[in-house]
Amino acid sequence: MPHFELDARRMFCPMPVIRTQDKIKELNIGDTLEVVSTDPGALNDIPAWCRINGHKVIKTRDADDEVFILIEVCDV
Amino acid sequence: MSQQRKAVALISGGLDSLLAARVMLEQGIHVEGINFFTGFCVEGHTHAIRKQDKSKSKRNNALWSAEQLGIKLHIIDIVEEYKDVLINPKHGYGKNMNPCLDCKIFMVNKAKQWAEENGFDFIITGEVVGQRPMSQRKDTMPVVSRESGADDRLLRPLCAQNLPETLPEKEGWVKRDELFGFSGRNRKPQMALAKKYGFEDYAKPAGGCCFLTDESYSAKLVDLWDARGTREYEMDDIMLLKVGRHIRPAPHYKLIIGREDGENKFLQGYKNNFITFKTMDCPGPLTLLDGVATDKDLELAAQISARFSQGRDKDSVTIEARRTNGDTTTLVVKPMPASEINPEWYV
Repeated sequence: MPHFELDARRMFCPMPVIRTQDKIKELNIGDTLEVVSTDPGALNDIPAWCRINGHKVIKTRDADDEVFILIEVCDV
Repeated sequence: MSQQRKAVALISGGLDSLLAARVMLEQGIHVEGINFFTGFCVEGHTHAIRKQDKSKSKRNNALWSAEQLGIKLHIIDIVEEYKDVLINPKHGYGKNMNPCLDCKIFMVNKAKQWAEENGFDFIITGEVVGQRPMSQRKDTMPVVSRESGADDRLLRPLCAQNLPETLPEKEGWVKRDELFGFSGRNRKPQMALAKKYGFEDYAKPAGGCCFLTDESYSAKLVDLWDARGTREYEMDDIMLLKVGRHIRPAPHYKLIIGREDGENKFLQGYKNNFITFKTMDCPGPLTLLDGVATDKDLELAAQISARFSQGRDKDSVTIEARRTNGDTTTLVVKPMPASEINPEWYV
């Protein structure tokens, strides 16, 4: 399945959530998207947005003041 | 079987919008939330920037509300469109630079457009008659309905019994007698309803969720507009108003001085947009200079910056001034004593 990346660095919540939301609208079921953010709040907010909207968070991690959220686009 | 009606709920992240949406779900309405990002509803940003706040738990309250309710939430970026609301409010400002009535009209109008595009029947808000001095008064709530174009498709479940019947009530989509008649600033009815529904950890913002209601923030915004001679602004401008000490020693320039490591790091990201100052021989703040500056201004800015460094009591502090093209100048200055900083310089 195609994999995509979204650079949401130097944005503060909710902008990383909004960019994630807008990007996922363009993707197909089964595609994966990795979001990179410098706002630690994204580590809570993007998974919350995924839970609400029915997408799957495969993995989260943080390193060097950046957070990474890997999402699988689901059928909603 | 009758058609399930759909409502879009304005979700701010506060208790009232949470309850209003819950009341509709109780009546079998399909509810989805909408939340607007103006650039000024930025309660999480200081947490994200300031190192000392890093340990505090962070959550987006609108997302939290939607998750409690089990509804979808659509977050809409209205930063650009909102500029006109802030700069030219038809109904004026509140106590500070908050154009609350125009803001509510604008958001309800945006929700109406969204509802039409997505096949939703009506709009709900958590407004309560008499709760807010500008947008939630008996005389201004009909103005919101009318000027937003939502008219009788705008339902306020928490105070509907105090207002004329709306279309969802007239059509029997919702039962009016199962709505509420809350009014005034007393929060006890909402707290009782929250208890009934089992909501405990809801947000309790003091003074609302918008920085435009904040006196200090508003003063900085007005200063920015006055200094530039225009009310235009960009996202970076309104972010920088939230960070650091703002000191204006002269009309043509302002200093933004980091107060701790997190702010210094954040300000460092603007080194290619502003002249920056950093201390070289002792720990100190990163300072941005917003405006134009002569060599004499640079000297004064360095003295002020040194005053907020750990070398404030030394005879001299070495400061590197960096221009936006990367050229640097080393200045050795005497830190300005606190008593010589004119209190009127603080924005």
